[in-house]
This record gives sequence, structure tokens and C-alpha cells, in this order.
Amino acid sequence: MSTEAHVDHSRSHTADHGHHGHGGEAHATFGGYMIGFGLSVVLTAIPFWLVMSGVLASNQATALAIIAFAVVQIVVHMIFFLHMSPRSEDGWTMMALIFTLVMVLITLAGSLWVMYHLNTNMMPGHDMSQLP
Amino acid sequence: MDATATTMTSSSEASKIPVFYLADEHEHADGSSTMLGFWLYLMSDCLIFACLFATYGVLGGSFAAGPSPKDLFDLPLVALNTSMLLLSSITYGFAVLAMDKERTGQMQAWLVVTALFGAAFIGIELFEFAHMIHEGATPQRSAFLSSFFTLVGTHGLHVTVGLIWLGTLMVQVARIGLTAANKRRLMCLSMFWHFLDVVWIGVFTFVYLMGVLR
Repeated sequence: MSTEAHVDHSRSHTADHGHHGHGGEAHATFGGYMIGFGLSVVLTAIPFWLVMSGVLASNQATALAIIAFAVVQIVVHMIFFLHMSPRSEDGWTMMALIFTLVMVLITLAGSLWVMYHLNTNMMPGHDMSQLP
Repeated sequence: MDATATTMTSSSEASKIPVFYLADEHEHADGSSTMLGFWLYLMSDCLIFACLFATYGVLGGSFAAGPSPKDLFDLPLVALNTSMLLLSSITYGFAVLAMDKERTGQMQAWLVVTALFGAAFIGIELFEFAHMIHEGATPQRSAFLSSFFTLVGTHGLHVTVGLIWLGTLMVQVARIGLTAANKRRLMCLSMFWHFLDVVWIGVFTFVYLMGVLR
């Protein structure tokens, strides 16, 4: 009785796994690749055009615009080329990605923030001994 | 004599040690966890690039009275380079589609095209580096150039390794065909290749375009 139940249990497990293995990666389609490629070309061309022609008056506005285009293009690549979805590998790829993004954000923002303040406070002529 | 005595006691002790094993160990298909494992590797690679980007972000303005990005970077050349990598990404996608339909010859042809675009990317990058070094903008010149060559060079090194991997897989497929293992390896390389394209988006935005803006 108990062995029967056990066998049944393991069988349902393997069946389950087979299913996941198949549904693990979203299936690549020609249309998906072409949409991703078209979007990537547009999202690459616009930042280059913005910088090379200098359409926007201020450099800061141009910088913010090209960062926005880069973020959108990275998302496009993730979806259409890397076939990311919240369901792939039971959501573990998404968990790893979110964790990595948090680490990347801390590394970048932290380094820039700390080093910017260090540079400002260590300017030549800034006499530290005069501070209270 | 003494030594044998100890080994005898230790072996008799070993036989008493209970052995633990999973009673409910279920079957895993061969290589079923490879894709997740490879994804975790890519994420760790992402952290390497994050460190290099952060280093460039901190040091990118330290020219040491040397050349600045405006003097060095040739945006039309970078645009050409970017299009090479983007085209190699889509041709790898076509190779994966041919692989799904079991068309080995068609897949190999697309892989050759991908390798050519990848090689063109590396060639243009090496040309750019050689041009810069010829002008005296060597990695030793300033902190900006050190961090620039480290970041862009690491990416180029990754693409070079990807090309070697691509060649190896083409030989593998030619010799033993599109087996399940080879398909898995081709999917891993596909992720690696597209991932490098994602990193390049960061490089051309933060290094080249924002360097010229600076």
C-alpha cells in the first residue's frame, strides 16, 4: 500500500519535471526575434542621433534621454533575445536577475556617491585642520 | 603492527557510522538544471561588469591632462561596431530557429554568419584600440584610459571567448550531429551571446555616448 503510494508520488514528480523542462524556456519564434531586432535598431539609432546631431540643447537632457533608451533596450533584449519571463525555471531566473540588479545598483550608486563626496571633500585648498 | 591496529579500529568504526541518503530522491533529466546554472553564471558575470562600470564611472573623468573621450572616440565607428554585434545577435537567433527545426546545415550556415559578424566586431575594436595606442592614448596614460581599456577590453575578451566556443560547437555538431547535449550547449552559447549584447548597450551608452557628451 505504502510502496504503491510512493511509486505514484515519484511518477507524478518526474512528470512534473518533464513539464517544467519543456515550459522552462519560452519558445523562440521568428516574429519575436524580428520584433526585438527592429526595436533594438530604433533604440540604438536614436541615442546615436541625439548625441551626434546635438538636437537637445542641454547635455544633461541628452544624457538622461540616452540612459532611458538604454534601459528600454536592455528590457527589449531580455524579453525577445534572452526569452526572460517570470515563469521560466519556476521563477528562479527572475529571482536571480532581481538579486543581481539590486547588487548592480548598490555597486554603481554606492561607488559613484562615495567617490563623488570624497573628491569634493578632498579638494586641494580645503584645509581639514581648520574644521571644528 | 600499531598501524594495522589503528586501521582495523577505524574501519570497524566506519562500518558503524550510519549512512544517510535521500529516501525520496527523484529523477532529474540529464542536464535539466544546466540552463538555470548557466543563467546564474551570467548573473555573476554581470557583477564583474558592474564593478568595471563603477570603476569607469569613478575614474572616467580623471584625464591627467591627457586626451579626453571627445578627442579619442569616433562615434560613426562605434555605431558600425554596435550594428555588427546587433546583427550577430539576430543571426544567432536565426541559428536557434533552424536548430528547433532540426535543419543542421541551415543552422551551421547561420552560425558561420554570426561568427563573421562577431569577428568583424573584434576586428573593429582592435583597430580602434591600435589607433588610440598609436596616438599615445595607452592604458598607462591616465586613470580614464586605464578604466576604459579594462572595461571595453573585458567585454572584447568575452566576445573572443564566445567566438572560440562557437567554433568548437560547430565542429561538435559537424562530428556528432544535433544531439540533446549539443542543443543544450548551443542554447547556453545563445544566452552568453545575447548577454554580451546587453552589456554592450551599457558600454556604448555610458562610455562612448556619455563620454562624448561630457
